[in-house]
This record gives sequence, C-alpha cells and structure tokens, in this order.
Amino acid sequence: MSQGIGAAVKRKEDKRFTTGKGKYTDDIRMENQAYAAFVRSPHAHARVNSIDTSAAEAMDGVIAILNGAELTGDGIGNIICGWAITSKDGSPMNMGAWSALATEKTRYVGDAVAIVIAETNAQARAAAEAVDIDYEELPVAASLAAALSDGAPQIHENAPGNIVYDWEIGENEATEAALAGAAHITKMDITNNRLSPNPMEPRSAVAIYDDAEDHYTLYTTSQNPHVARLVLSAFYNVAPEHKLRVIAPDVGGGFGSKIYIYPEEIACLWASMKTNRSVKWTSDRTEAFLTDAHGRDHVTKARMGFDQDGRIVGFKVSTKANFGAYMSLFSSAVPTYLYATLLSGTYNIPNIYCEVLGVYTNTVPVDAYRGAGRPEASYLVERMIETAAREMGKDPADLRNINFIREFPHQTPVIMNYDSGDFEGNMRQAMVAADWAGFGARKAESAMRGKLRGIGMSCYIEACGIAPSAAVGSLGAGVGLWESAEVRMNPVGTIEVLTGSHSHGQGHETTFAQVVADRFGVPIDTVQIVHGDTDKVQFGMGTYGSRSGPVGMSAIVKALDKLEVKIRKLAAHLLEASEADIVIEDGQVKVDGTNKVLAWHEVGLAAYTGHNLPEGMEPGLKEGAFYDPLNFTFPMGCFICEVEVDPQTGKTEILKFVASDDFGTIINPMIVDGQVHGGIAQGVGQAMLEEVRYSEDGQQLSASYMDYAMPRADDLPDFDVLHHSTPCTTNPLGMKGCGEAGAIGTPPAVINAITDAIGNNDLSMPATPAKVWAALNSATIAAE
Amino acid sequence: MHSTNYHAATTAAEAASLLSSAEDGALLAGGQTLLPTMKARLAAPSDLIDISRAEELRGISVTDGTAIIGAMTTHAEVAGHAELRSAFPALCDLAGRIGDPAVRHRGTIGGSLANNDPAACYPAAVLGTGATISTNKRDIAADDYFEGMFATALDAGEVITSITFPIPDAANYQKFAQPASRFALVGVFVAKSADRVRVAVTGASEEGVFRWTNAETSLSSDFTADAIGGLSVSSQGMISDLHGDGSYRANLVQVLTARAVAAAS
Ligand SMILES: Cc1cc2nc3c(=O)[nH]c(=O)nc-3n(C[C@H](O)[C@H](O)[C@H](O)COP(=O)(O)OP(=O)(O)OC[C@H]3O[C@@H](n4cnc5c(N)ncnc54)[C@H](O)[C@@H]3O)c2cc1C
Repeated sequence: MSQGIGAAVKRKEDKRFTTGKGKYTDDIRMENQAYAAFVRSPHAHARVNSIDTSAAEAMDGVIAILNGAELTGDGIGNIICGWAITSKDGSPMNMGAWSALATEKTRYVGDAVAIVIAETNAQARAAAEAVDIDYEELPVAASLAAALSDGAPQIHENAPGNIVYDWEIGENEATEAALAGAAHITKMDITNNRLSPNPMEPRSAVAIYDDAEDHYTLYTTSQNPHVARLVLSAFYNVAPEHKLRVIAPDVGGGFGSKIYIYPEEIACLWASMKTNRSVKWTSDRTEAFLTDAHGRDHVTKARMGFDQDGRIVGFKVSTKANFGAYMSLFSSAVPTYLYATLLSGTYNIPNIYCEVLGVYTNTVPVDAYRGAGRPEASYLVERMIETAAREMGKDPADLRNINFIREFPHQTPVIMNYDSGDFEGNMRQAMVAADWAGFGARKAESAMRGKLRGIGMSCYIEACGIAPSAAVGSLGAGVGLWESAEVRMNPVGTIEVLTGSHSHGQGHETTFAQVVADRFGVPIDTVQIVHGDTDKVQFGMGTYGSRSGPVGMSAIVKALDKLEVKIRKLAAHLLEASEADIVIEDGQVKVDGTNKVLAWHEVGLAAYTGHNLPEGMEPGLKEGAFYDPLNFTFPMGCFICEVEVDPQTGKTEILKFVASDDFGTIINPMIVDGQVHGGIAQGVGQAMLEEVRYSEDGQQLSASYMDYAMPRADDLPDFDVLHHSTPCTTNPLGMKGCGEAGAIGTPPAVINAITDAIGNNDLSMPATPAKVWAALNSATIAAE
Repeated sequence: MHSTNYHAATTAAEAASLLSSAEDGALLAGGQTLLPTMKARLAAPSDLIDISRAEELRGISVTDGTAIIGAMTTHAEVAGHAELRSAFPALCDLAGRIGDPAVRHRGTIGGSLANNDPAACYPAAVLGTGATISTNKRDIAADDYFEGMFATALDAGEVITSITFPIPDAANYQKFAQPASRFALVGVFVAKSADRVRVAVTGASEEGVFRWTNAETSLSSDFTADAIGGLSVSSQGMISDLHGDGSYRANLVQVLTARAVAAAS
C-alpha cells in the first residue's frame, strides 16, 4: 500500500500521544530546578506605587522576588509588535511600551508585576500572594466603546485617544461613487466576538542558565522556536543567538496563542540567570484565560451595493479592532493585512474600501487566533451577501453564483491575487450533499413538531501559506516568511528531515514523511522528522496561518530535489549508466530497461564510504533549502449548516453540516479531515458558545470553564466533509493549506442558518439559547 | 492548593468529633466541589475529614413508599440502582445527568445538599418531593433546609447522614443546561402524590431553590401541561448572568414546568 501523497496512513506520533508518553515542557525536570510564580495585577488599570516583598521574602523556600525596575535595569528590552502598520496620514503606529514585568502602571487584570522564585511551586505561589503592592486604581476602559469615548482614560501616553493606528486600504472615492449608483444597498453592523484560545496544554517554560558557558536554554510551548530565539536575542536582550537555545518539545495545541513571546518566558530566562537556578513556570487554566492572547473582537459597519441584476458594485467597511492593553507580536497585521485583504471573498467586487481603527483597551492583548483576520472577513462578507439576498428576495445561492470569480488569476482591489479555484463547483457539491432542494419539506416537518428549521451557507475564501518575503516586507513585516528544510540520508538509507515548521497537533511527523515516501518509495517508518530545536534545525519561521504545508513542505520538496540530483549522479556512476536512465522507485535505484539495481542502503553506504564517487563529488548525502513562496495560497469552500431551533427555549441544534473544500493537493485525507473537524468545532464554538466577557471595570467574567463554553462532542453533528480540489499553481505540490478553513467558514454558515430559522437577522455571536430566544421575542421585549 | 491536614473518618460520629476538634475543618465527600475550590486557592480548610470510608453513610434502600439514600452515595450509584429506578425513575434520571461520568462516580448526594449550589440538581428533587434530611443531630424537613444560595439549615459541624424521599406517584425533572458548566441554567422538579403536587425550581432564583406555589395550586386540580399555560413567574429576583437574564429564566421556569408535567411518570 502506498504511503505517499494521498494515502490516509495513521499518524506516526499518535502512539506516544495516546499512551501518555509525549514529552511536553512541563515534563522537563532539571536537577537544580526552582519554580516561578507571578504576582499579577488584580486591577485593569492602576499605578504601582510600591512593592513590599519583605513578608514574602521571609517565607519558606523563597529564593528571590524580582520586579520590573530590576528587569529593565538589567537591559531587558520591551516586548515588541513585529509588523509596522502606517496610518492613513502616513504616521507610524503607536506602540506603547510593554515591559515583561510592569514598572509604573498595570494595564490589564493579569499584567505581571513581579516574579517569585522558590523551591517548590506551592511555595512560589504562596509567596506571590504575600507580596504587598500598593496600587492606585485608575479609570478603566475595558471595551472599544469605553476606550473611544470622550474623556476615556489614556492607556499609553504615546497613543492619544487610545488609537494604535487609523489604517485604510482600497479606494474610498471610487467605492462611494459605486455605492451612490447602486440599485440596492445592504447595511449591517457586525460584531465579531472575542475568544480565548484554550489549547489543551497550557503555556509553560523551563529556563536553564549555565553560568560556566554563559549560555541559556529555554524549553517552551512555542509554535516557532526560532522566532522566539530571534526576538529574545535581538529585541529583549536576553542573550545573543549563539548563546540561547530554544526547544519547543511536544506542544499540545496552539491555535496561534503560542506564536508570541510572552512576558513569562522572558522573565523566567532572566530570573534563571539572576538566581543561577533552572526556573520552571507552568500556567494554570485561570492564568491562561488571564494572559494568553485572545482572538477577534471587531466591531464593524459595512455597506455592500448591488446593481439591478444583483452584481456587487462596491463594498465599504469600517472596522474597530480591540488590541487589548499591549501590542502582541503579530497583532497589528491581523485586522489589516490578514483581514481587509480578504474582503473580496469569493466574489468579483470592483470597488472595495476598508478603514480600520486599532484601539487599546484595558484587556488581555489580542492577536492571531485560528484564522486570524480571515474569520472576521469571511463572517462579514458571508453575512452581508446572505442578508442582501434576503433583502432583495433572491435565492442566496443564485446571488453568490452570479458574483463568483470564475477566471484565474484574479486580482482583487485589496492586494490579493487568487491563483485558482472552482467556486461554483464547490457550492454545487455542498448543495447536493446537503439536499438543499429538499429543505422546504424538512422545514414543514419541523414546523409540525413546533420547531423552527433554518439553512445557511457560506462560500468562504482565505489566504494561507504566509508569505512572499519581499511582499510582506513592503507591507511592514519585520521578518521574511520563507521556510527552511534539510534532508539527510544516513549511510543505512534512513532519512532525517529537519524542518523549521513546528508540529503541535498537525501530524507533521506523518505528512512530511509521506512527501519523502512519495518521492523515493521508502516506507514512512524510515523517515524521521526533526523539528522544534534551534540547535538541531538551522532556522525556521514556524507554524501558523496554515503555512506548514504550502511553505514548509515546499522547502522539503526543494531539498529533496537537490538530494535526488546527487543520488542520480552517484547511482549513474555506480551502475555505469546515464543519469537520464536512472529510475527511483519502491526504495530502489534502477537503470531503466535493465535489471541493474541498487538497494536504497547501498546508495547511502556508497555516499558515506566515499570509496567510489564520481569525479569531484563530496561524500555524504545532505541537502538543505530555503523556500520563499511566490504568493499566498487560497483555500476556499462552501459550508452548509442546517439547524432546528426550539422557539420556547431558544436552543439550537445543528442537524447537518456539510463542508466542501478546495485545499489543492491533499497529502493525507484522514489528517485533513481531522483538521476540518476541529476547525468546524471551533467555528461552532465561536458561533454558538464562546465569548470572553469583561465587566466595565475590566474583570474577566468568563475566566473559567464554568462560564466560558467550549464546544463539546454533543454540541456537534456528524460532519459531512467533502473535497473539490483545484491545485494551487504557485507551489510545487499544489497545496493550499487546511488548518484554519473550518474555523473561518463555519460561523457565517451557522448564523445564516439560525437567522433563517428564526426570521430575525439581528443576532450576534455567540447565538446562545438566551440570545436566540430574545431575538425571537424581540417584539414583545420592546413592548415591555 | 494550600497545605491541609488529612483525616479519614469511618463513622458519622467520628467525622463530627474530628470536625469539632479541627481549627477550621471541612468534610470531604466526593471532593467535586471542595477540591477544585481549594485548588483555585479560594478555600483553605486547616483539616479535611474524609467521609468516603464511612460505610454507614452509603447505600440506598427502597421500602414502603420511601427511598432512603445515604449521604455518601454517589450520583452514579443513584443513577444505576435498579430497584430505585423502578420505584422512582425521576430521581435516577436526575442523578444520571449531573456533570460527567467522573463527577458522577465521585460526587455525592450529601455533598451536593450541603453545598446547596443555586444551580445544583438534587435540591430540586429534595424540595420537590418534600424529603427529609437527616444529620448526626436531627431530621430537617426540606421546606426548612434550604436558606438561599450556598446556605442551609446545617449548623457548623453537623454531618448529613441520609436523605429520605417519599416516593411520588409521578415525577419528572427537566434540566436546561447552562452551556458552559452544564449545571442547571434552570431545572424544574415536579412530583405528584395522592394528596398534593409539588414544583421545585433550581438555577433560577437569587434566593436559591424555591417552590412555585401558583403552579402547585393549578396542578393540584388539573395535572396537565395546559394548566401551566396561563401561568408565569415574575422575572424579579431571577438570576441574571452571562448565560441568560431574569426574563429568560422566568420563561424557562414556565416552559420546563409544563414539560415536566407532560413527561411525569
Ligand atoms: C464538572 C462538574 C460538573 C458538575 N455538574 C453538576 C450538575 O450538573 N448538577 C449538580 O447538581 N451538580 C454538579 N456538579 C457538582 C457535583 O454534583 C458535586 O458532586 C456536588 O456539588 C458536591 O458533592 P461532593 O460529594 O463532591 O462534595 P464535596 O466537594 O466533597 O463537598 C462539598 C461541600 O459539602 C460538604 N459536605 C460534604 N458531605 C457532607 C455531609 N455528609 N454533611 C455535611 N457536609 C458535607 C463539604 O464539607 C463541602 O463543603 C458538578 C461538579 C463538577 C466538578
């Protein structure tokens, strides 16, 4: 059975994960290990007048209590946002200072003020509670509205009015002109709810300082250990890169939240040097709610104009994006280049204009979370077009269909250039699978039982495989977004692939090996994927934005190309044949049309003994490559959701969910379907269950699973996952990426279905039973 | 978790005496409420008195129209008890829908009643049937036991030993789960006996579990869902939180009561 591209082989890594033998950061135990606990601000906005550590220092097991003044005094730099965005008026974004330990002010509940190092975790936590801080409470702005109101408290001195930036894209005048001439305009106010990422494994760090070598090692829960090392060295001045090794061992999910370098890792590294002890910190679930970067949190006003025939003539969008208290690593790019560039959706829209106001609030920093900007865009576009169809009395599928882009490449008015796709083909396939035509009969049957049935679709598109380095550089990115790979064939013929991509649930150890198996016909068990250690892999930009397939695997392909050239040359020499006649298949090297053959290990052995090499060939078999993508990739698809609402309680049940996706080439359909299932579950979570809520004074009201509703298996139906692929034209394997699609395409499909069922379009996410019931009864409530 | 002293008691009397000699002691039953609270550093008892080995506090007996359940009996034991199920299925169904399997195999009826969470399920069954709560000191009628959110008639150091339920002719518990915690956003227990109907509501009121007496009166003369149709409860005093406001909860009380009557068996 083939184990190559397209084979649904079982995951190699699952034995260790399912038998409890994974090795996570918290499993690392050092001999001289001490524990860190953080003293966190209980106030959303407060001046720190004084820190009294005397009682805490006298407690059992306390080694040291360190604060922000000492940290900055030692030259540890402020945490930065790595993507520079320029406002409409040409001014740079207003990045407020973010010290790993707050110095003068705290700006959200959970902001770290001091780090306690003690012999045990319990001792560290007890001492942290005993640190006495004199806070002077300041007025709080815990929402977009509060931060933008007259007389709002100023969160950062250098960000007047709490504005991070006031950015725009597209042509305002042309869009206004198009809207002025429109036959119909759909207007909506849309909120994209704030989410907490909730990976199963909380964040963790073990910082190890070696004073003899003046060298640091950091084990940490990272999606991109090399990026972590880069910023820890270049910006936070912890240590130069050659004196800092970052290892991200097994990582239990990230969803974006483990891209960023947080205060805790910086403080642990520094404290390890200060105390000459290894320092471990593992977040508990409450700390995760209070400090892991949140996602989404947009408020948008939009207008979409249509001509007589229902063709979109213009789309104008004005969005306010909540940044939280500080600018996290990629935060600035999420509501701009990862959001507004997708506002054309799957449609031919000649005029688009979008302006985005980035706003500081006294809340946890907000950054990329599964989908990062694209869920916000797809929710907006797909709610708008669905609403427009309802307003104009048109069939929502027909309205989409006449607006679909059909010719590729297609240049949108908002930077993106789509390379491929069959938008109508995906929609038709999903409609057939969902029995769209038979919906009326099912609705009638539900009505007989006193239930309200609704159906909704979304034809999302998104951008993955971030991204051509020169292009993102011109847009303000502080890094290039290529990927690197190295392929080493050992003397016995086994192969190691070193990759800068990081696997934290995606199954790279299997799919990356499948790419090698596909090339050489060797079993995947003879291929080892090495990742997550800056001492082993030379460099990498990491895993996010569904880039490990389109970018990471493309780098592996490039390295395999080079290795194959050398193998062919060597084999031709050993078999006394011409290179053109060498065939590599089934783990053997053959001369076409003859019975001359080399077993795979014979090739390895010949290369490493070096006894008989072609003139000028170096011994060994090791090739590396850097792959810089030519374009983003554009996964797209059509999701259809069918629901039934109980009008007495507002409870919604999802009866059917069909996803038809175009991911280009699929390496392992089982793993891809798993990614889609997880993405849909997260999308249903956003649509119906999840929301981070703050009180006016900035306390997180939803900071535990008693109040933050995660999707569970019984909230979800069986998913019908289908594919209708057109290969990506800009990377060697034709891959588009599949990691975020579910989370991107699902929310609008669900809300379109529920609003269809209840006949009231005014419904915000999450559509909880209480909100659906209120929407059903809004007339009565207004009358009360 | 703060450090604490652990003791194991094998009888209710031993538990009571250990409790009285502790500085700030707490009984530990299934630990499903107490231990998470301690781990979150929100509770720090000086001593834990574990009653899970007190055999006299465990078990279910069904006789002459009453069911007696030991305080230390787990939700899973109640849900899975064949004799109880044939006599009083509504109680088994209620227990079988508390939390998840892990919670049901540790959590106990005594712990649930001592804690009296305003969204807990058992208080609705106890008040809805007019059960009696027995302690190491006395018997307390359900109507005198519940004193508001997390408040009960238990004195400091008092140990619940068992609960005696009069088995109703027909009963049903309707639970509408809060989406995150899956506790009752609103839960309604309806019980019909020869001489009376009782309706107890959990999850809804700021005063904790309560009897909906208007519904009881209507149902006493006409035990049908229609009898509830014209009734409503006021949203005044109903809990308003992230998961629903007072008017939503008031609506659920009415809807769930009608459903409980229709389903009562
Ligand atoms: C995830 C989860 C979901 C849950 N879902 C639900 C739900 O849907 N519905 C629901 O009703 N409950 C739910 N619970 C609560 C669960 O039923 C608990 O078991 C119960 O509330 C407490 O019982 P326990 O035996 O664990 O008590 P413990 O946690 O051991 O004790 C709770 C309190 O009662 C005291 N106590 C215990 N036994 C006695 C006694 N015999 N006499 C006097 N005082 C005593 C203790 O000192 C402590 O103060 C849930 C719990 C969890 C963790």
